[in-house]
Amino acid sequence: MLTFTIRRLLLSIPTLLFISMVIFLLLQLAPGDPMAQVPLTVPPEVKQKMREALGLGQPIYVQYYKWLIQFFWVEPQVFLDWATRDSFLLGWLPDTHFSTFIDPDTGAVRPVQRTISWQTRSPIMDIVIQRMPQTLWVVGLSYVVGILIAIPIGIYSAYRHYSLFDQAGTFITMVGFSIPPFFTGPLLIVVFSVTLGWLPSIYDTTHVVTDWASFKIQFMQMIMPVMVLALQTTAQISRYMRGAMLDNLNQDYVRTARAKGLKESSVVLVHVLRNSMIPVVTVIALGMPAIFGGAIITENVFKVNGIGQLLLTALFANDLPMVMTLTFIFAILIVLFNLIADVLYGLLDPRIRYD
Amino acid sequence: MTEQAIPASPIEADIETFGALVDKEPSKPPRSQWIDVWQQFRKHKGAVFGGGFLLFITLAVVFGPFLWDVDPKALDIRNKNWRPVYQLLFDSEAKAGWAHPFGTDQLGRDIMAQMIAGGQVSMAVGWLAMALALVIGSAIGVISGYFKKLDFWLMRFTDLVLSLPILPLTLLAVTLFRQPLNSRFGPEGGMFILIVGIIGLTSWMQTARIVRGDILALKEREFILAARSIGTRSGKIIRRHLLPNVISPIMVSATLGLATAIITESALSFLGVGFPSDFPTWGKLLSDAVSRMQEFPERVLLPGIAISLTVLSVNYLGDGLRDALDPRLRGR
Repeated sequence: MLTFTIRRLLLSIPTLLFISMVIFLLLQLAPGDPMAQVPLTVPPEVKQKMREALGLGQPIYVQYYKWLIQFFWVEPQVFLDWATRDSFLLGWLPDTHFSTFIDPDTGAVRPVQRTISWQTRSPIMDIVIQRMPQTLWVVGLSYVVGILIAIPIGIYSAYRHYSLFDQAGTFITMVGFSIPPFFTGPLLIVVFSVTLGWLPSIYDTTHVVTDWASFKIQFMQMIMPVMVLALQTTAQISRYMRGAMLDNLNQDYVRTARAKGLKESSVVLVHVLRNSMIPVVTVIALGMPAIFGGAIITENVFKVNGIGQLLLTALFANDLPMVMTLTFIFAILIVLFNLIADVLYGLLDPRIRYD
Repeated sequence: MTEQAIPASPIEADIETFGALVDKEPSKPPRSQWIDVWQQFRKHKGAVFGGGFLLFITLAVVFGPFLWDVDPKALDIRNKNWRPVYQLLFDSEAKAGWAHPFGTDQLGRDIMAQMIAGGQVSMAVGWLAMALALVIGSAIGVISGYFKKLDFWLMRFTDLVLSLPILPLTLLAVTLFRQPLNSRFGPEGGMFILIVGIIGLTSWMQTARIVRGDILALKEREFILAARSIGTRSGKIIRRHLLPNVISPIMVSATLGLATAIITESALSFLGVGFPSDFPTWGKLLSDAVSRMQEFPERVLLPGIAISLTVLSVNYLGDGLRDALDPRLRGR
């Protein structure tokens, strides 16, 4: 199993390189110009000099190589420095200075050049790290909520196969599966914010939770975005859960367990459930990146300023370094969760042998 | 029990004497596979309803303009902001009437005509993108399953494409290639080609995997060996013997593809990177209406319901097809 994990980890390196190359080459074809915002009074030859200073005249492979260095070497160094300096977890370690160098001319300590956004002229990773918590809160919570709703529904509708609950459950999950989030979002806003006035329609990310009252506000504003994303998760996972349970409920070992006098609850919730969870756990891991993709739409509907919304604004503003970094982060998430799913499958199911 | 099931034994004459063992029913004519499939399919109520609705909506958007010949782009500023006709039930003062059953928008364009025109685009994108994905997916699946040399590389390629972040990349590609294609094919045609192409190119992977798996199993069967032993060429084996046998997984993944294509197109329009603003599609109508949904909730609801119902019916159709085409489930 360990060798399999290591092999998969090594294989994911060329995968990520391929994906980054695809994104990079796509962006090379982009008509955008970083000098578009520079005032028209700047003469063209100066603009050309500025472009060259940005490295735009270099061959593509040099640009790609530099991007790789920035993403995989410089940014981790900056992150390490920050972690040992300011972070809560690792702040007790002695401070590192990977991301600074001593200027040979003046002898002063200077920070290394980081990838900067064309919109804000600040390092991209700083913005991404600012935006990440909002996305993680909304997406992560919705995933947990979705799984918590989906698993009991799946178990019960498989156990009472063809009952009214099962019929209603499959119908509702099918509906949840089919209604896109950009429709459920506005629909919930119309019902709960406009007509009933119970919930705020916009997610306020500047809100700080200090006491019970502010926690209540935070809770209220999270309900709708979380539920919209959770609906998709619930629909998908409860279908898988039901299918997996149905496959297992007719197996011989279930009859054996019943025959030896086990309680029905322990037959279903211990024997069958544990075997049925094997495919479901991998589906849960595989669904994670899709949920991040869905968050792009949900964040747009509820005005959550997470990374999905950041990607959209960067696209419209032609901020290519930002788009490149964010798309690549999405790719890393996909590759990572695929790997987790594969490893989990092997760990949970002793019948699967990869070697 | 059919007659074949009685073992042909030397004591057949004895069996004749036991009348109870002889079939009283007249033997049925042989049934074709597709009749069986249809009968299983008919048992799935949701699937029949879904298929019927899909047919209805396709016919409605194709023949709708002949029945409701109002120009969806005609402005009629005097009759703007009509409510849909059912509003008269709650409020007899409402600005509504049978002249515009679904009402008009803020520029006085008839929403019914816009819904039909939007549906045409959405359905056309859905069907074409699905067809493109099916062609690519089946081709890669068949080639990779049949030719052992290409299998490894084609499947690694499929895995790589599967791990691309699809929605961000689609957004990216649409924004980047909009300009060059628009200048060549016009703003609407260019966007249509772009969206169909991108959705098709990013959703063939599941089909390819399923088809490859089936081809790998079929290839070892005797009838392929027989075909090869009489000197049939590979191309003919694929066309004549393999493709007809993988038609059922292809059909099932076609329904999934249609549903995702419709949703992706609407999502792109909703995020504002799809078709130009005066060109109605369901997603575009929905996203335009969101800013005024407090006063006119029906403008969000109508296209939203259209998208959801279409996707729902396609999903049900796929469910029914999967059951009907699975020989293990058939006849239960």
